[in-house]
Amino acid sequence: MPAQPEPPVGCMPMTKLKVLEAVAVSHYFDVSRPFLQRVFTREPRRMLRAVDDVSFAIAPGTTFALVGESGCGKSTIARLAVGLYAATDGDILFENQPLSSARAQPALRRRMNMIFQDPYASLNPRWRVTDIVAEPIRAFKLATGSADIQARVGALLAQVSLTPRDGEKYPHEFSGGQRQRISIARALASEPDFLVCDEPTSALDVSVQAQILNLMRDLQQRLGLTYLFISHNLAVVRHMADRLGVMYLGRIVEQGPAEAIFRAPRHPYTRLLLDAIPDLEQVGRARTPVGGELPSPIAPPPGCAFHPRCPLANARCRVEKPAHTTAGDVQVACHAVAEGRDA
Amino acid sequence: MLARTWNSDLAYNFRTSPVALASAALALILIVAAAFAPWIAPHDPTDVASLSLMDSFKPPLGMADAEWSNPFGTDNQGRDVLSAIMFGMRISLLVGFLSVLFAIVVGVAIGLLAGYAGGIIDTLLMRVADVQLTFPSILTALLTDGVITAALPRTMREGLQIYVIIFAIGISLWPNFARTVRGSTLVERNKDYVMAARVIGVPSWRIMLSHVLPNVIGPVMVIGTLGLGLAIIAEATLSFLGVGLPPTQPSLGTLIRFGNDFLFSGQWWITVFPGLTLILMVLAINLLGDWLRDALNPRLR
Repeated sequence: MPAQPEPPVGCMPMTKLKVLEAVAVSHYFDVSRPFLQRVFTREPRRMLRAVDDVSFAIAPGTTFALVGESGCGKSTIARLAVGLYAATDGDILFENQPLSSARAQPALRRRMNMIFQDPYASLNPRWRVTDIVAEPIRAFKLATGSADIQARVGALLAQVSLTPRDGEKYPHEFSGGQRQRISIARALASEPDFLVCDEPTSALDVSVQAQILNLMRDLQQRLGLTYLFISHNLAVVRHMADRLGVMYLGRIVEQGPAEAIFRAPRHPYTRLLLDAIPDLEQVGRARTPVGGELPSPIAPPPGCAFHPRCPLANARCRVEKPAHTTAGDVQVACHAVAEGRDA
Repeated sequence: MLARTWNSDLAYNFRTSPVALASAALALILIVAAAFAPWIAPHDPTDVASLSLMDSFKPPLGMADAEWSNPFGTDNQGRDVLSAIMFGMRISLLVGFLSVLFAIVVGVAIGLLAGYAGGIIDTLLMRVADVQLTFPSILTALLTDGVITAALPRTMREGLQIYVIIFAIGISLWPNFARTVRGSTLVERNKDYVMAARVIGVPSWRIMLSHVLPNVIGPVMVIGTLGLGLAIIAEATLSFLGVGLPPTQPSLGTLIRFGNDFLFSGQWWITVFPGLTLILMVLAINLLGDWLRDALNPRLR
């Protein structure tokens, strides 16, 4: 057993139990051109900073949601959290153990699983649903004998409102929502208590989204699941999240209890995002659109990455990266908020 | 199961395609004729005792002095050409099937590994394939065959010659399979179902075999069918050049080479009939392969 690393001091205000903790995690992708081309054109290596110095912790039985535009690094965090990618820098702890050593133990690896965004790509088209759902059961030897496995698969399918007879079919015979249910059944098959949900509803119709979200909440309450919930849809996040992290260009710019952030957003980016939510009670009111494009994460702007689009940016924002300041239970990384220019 | 196969898109496409039906029928007739040659051939060309020089150079039906017992005529030894063709097809088809099978096993394994592992392994394996593809495949087969035959002790050569040929032709064909499989594997390995298996810690070799392989094998069947034609041609070429199978196991290529000696002395049938059979066989197989490729291509549906 490797020695347990010291919990970082002053990084997280939460001292409660945590299932997953990320401490100053960064992940860079090497997007350089091939070696020979680089030599000929005298081009340096190019690194894409998908995730840059991100810290958060998730308490058991709660949902931590990450929101942000496409390309802000939320899916990379999802993949880091289950060990599909190894962090370039920083530590990810699962049950207070480094993720790599936790994943080396089947008993711990069993307790984390993932639900994917695209219900069409996440199920092997050549496998019957029974085999898809049974894969984790077989991998972790949670049941032996085909009758026993069949019974478990049947129970799992029933748990997501499908019938055990659906197991005989192939994935293409199901709709998107049903496929996502199969995906959830597979994720639950290893009897996990931590689920990473990477935009589980963004590929679904709105009416089906609600069903899947309610199913996920219901399962969370019944099985005591912990979710890391990735989404770009603020309405979905509002429905699901206990705590919320708002991501911009690989960094979490604001995080805290979801309720507090939705009630009183502080970071200018969060405010712009929340301002963009359609609201039936205020039809026709003037909105401040989020102007400009998301800058390239290969060459992020100096200082605060949000300054080219920020209405409150000043000279300091253009040169100095803002640190996280804590107010109550909410952490914000913004000079304007820290200086009180945000009124 | 049977009804499901009958009603599938592919089966429907097959039933309604005249080219597919005709070429499948032709291929079936030739394969049956080859497979059951010892029982249905009018003579046994390997039985030296039954040969008589009196019967030599009989012309095929439709010419003067032709006999019904030798519809395609006889050769210089008095061997029945039709029977020799039927026995020769056995060898040609056997070598063709086995060398394609060998190429599929090697090519699919290398393609899967290169595509799934990526990085330096991928680069190395694919550069080897690229280098080999710069040579004509018949040259590769010729070279492999020559090197192995020279390395074998003289006494073992004849017995092992057929395996050497299968190996040589198989080796000359594997890069096509490897490249196709690698390409599809690159696409499949980043799909979420592979991620789902990786999250629960399924070992890589198992992901490759049980998840990726079934999803990349479709195009292999098409190239395999087309490759069968190539392999049969390659074997015939090697045998025609005299470096293929020993004369004791005459394939279609060997028959064509023997007959070639009599082409200018007027006995054209000894070489033309094996040649026509070879053309028909490869044509049927290639048409089937083309049909399969089009039928499995979603853009042409």
